Amino acid sequence: MTEFRAGERVRVRATDPAGHTRAPRYVRGHTGRIVEMQGRWALADEVAAGAAAPRVEPVYTVAFAARDLWGAGEHEVTVDLWESYMERVEGTRDER
Amino acid sequence: MSGEHASVPVAARVRRLEERLIDAGVVGQDQLDAVLAAMLKGATPLNGARIVARAWSDDGFRARLLADANAALPEVGLSMKGGIQEQRLKVVANTPHAHNVLVCTLCSCYPIGLLGPSPSWYKSEAYRSRVVREPRAVLAEFGLHLPDDTAITVWDSSAESRYLVLPRRPDGTGGLSEPELAALVTREGLIGTAAV
Repeated sequence: MTEFRAGERVRVRATDPAGHTRAPRYVRGHTGRIVEMQGRWALADEVAAGAAAPRVEPVYTVAFAARDLWGAGEHEVTVDLWESYMERVEGTRDER
Repeated sequence: MSGEHASVPVAARVRRLEERLIDAGVVGQDQLDAVLAAMLKGATPLNGARIVARAWSDDGFRARLLADANAALPEVGLSMKGGIQEQRLKVVANTPHAHNVLVCTLCSCYPIGLLGPSPSWYKSEAYRSRVVREPRAVLAEFGLHLPDDTAITVWDSSAESRYLVLPRRPDGTGGLSEPELAALVTREGLIGTAAV
């Protein structure tokens, strides 16, 4: 998988893992915009599960419109998400 | 969302775990205390105030701080290496038309190694659940009434980065020295629940 680029639209996978995860429930299933790639870190889910060699993935700052999350509000919420939490929304490059 | 921190079974569980480790001879109480003391040594909101005062006084530092805070911090004698590993710090700047406020909805992530322990309200379920939903109302309850046309960004530190808000320099402070400017900055200003 190629890395996400700033401005790309992504959807957070609407999964409900049994163990620890850092994908907050309030953004699951929602579409956001990649702000920047922060760096690469071991996937928190696998670290918490005690994996001997947890996957290392890019972590992104992802911006969500309050109106999309809550149905109201003019603000933005940014959430820091590991790459495998998200899938690309094709053909919707956002130039904001 | 995890629950309140102070009340909780997890505090007792941590204490029991500590006792087991100490009884088993894995670590000593003095070692645990030394690790905590080292991490919190010099960790105080005054560090954040110094960073802000320098950024207000030096446009070059301000630009470097916003571009790569970890690389800029040594210029004021600070770093993010106080904990187990160096943490990425992202500084977000308020402007006349944009305001930033920090939260950790999953738990209570905060740049402790730099600023010291977070305020108790920062860890409350009320703050964590409401500020992402209705920040303007929450900020008003803190006494910060933002103009309607000020855009608000709420930064939820859900992974490995920690955040710091760079407040706007107050009007009428042109003649102040860096220490005098630093004295104006509050911990709430560094979180974004106050203007400065």
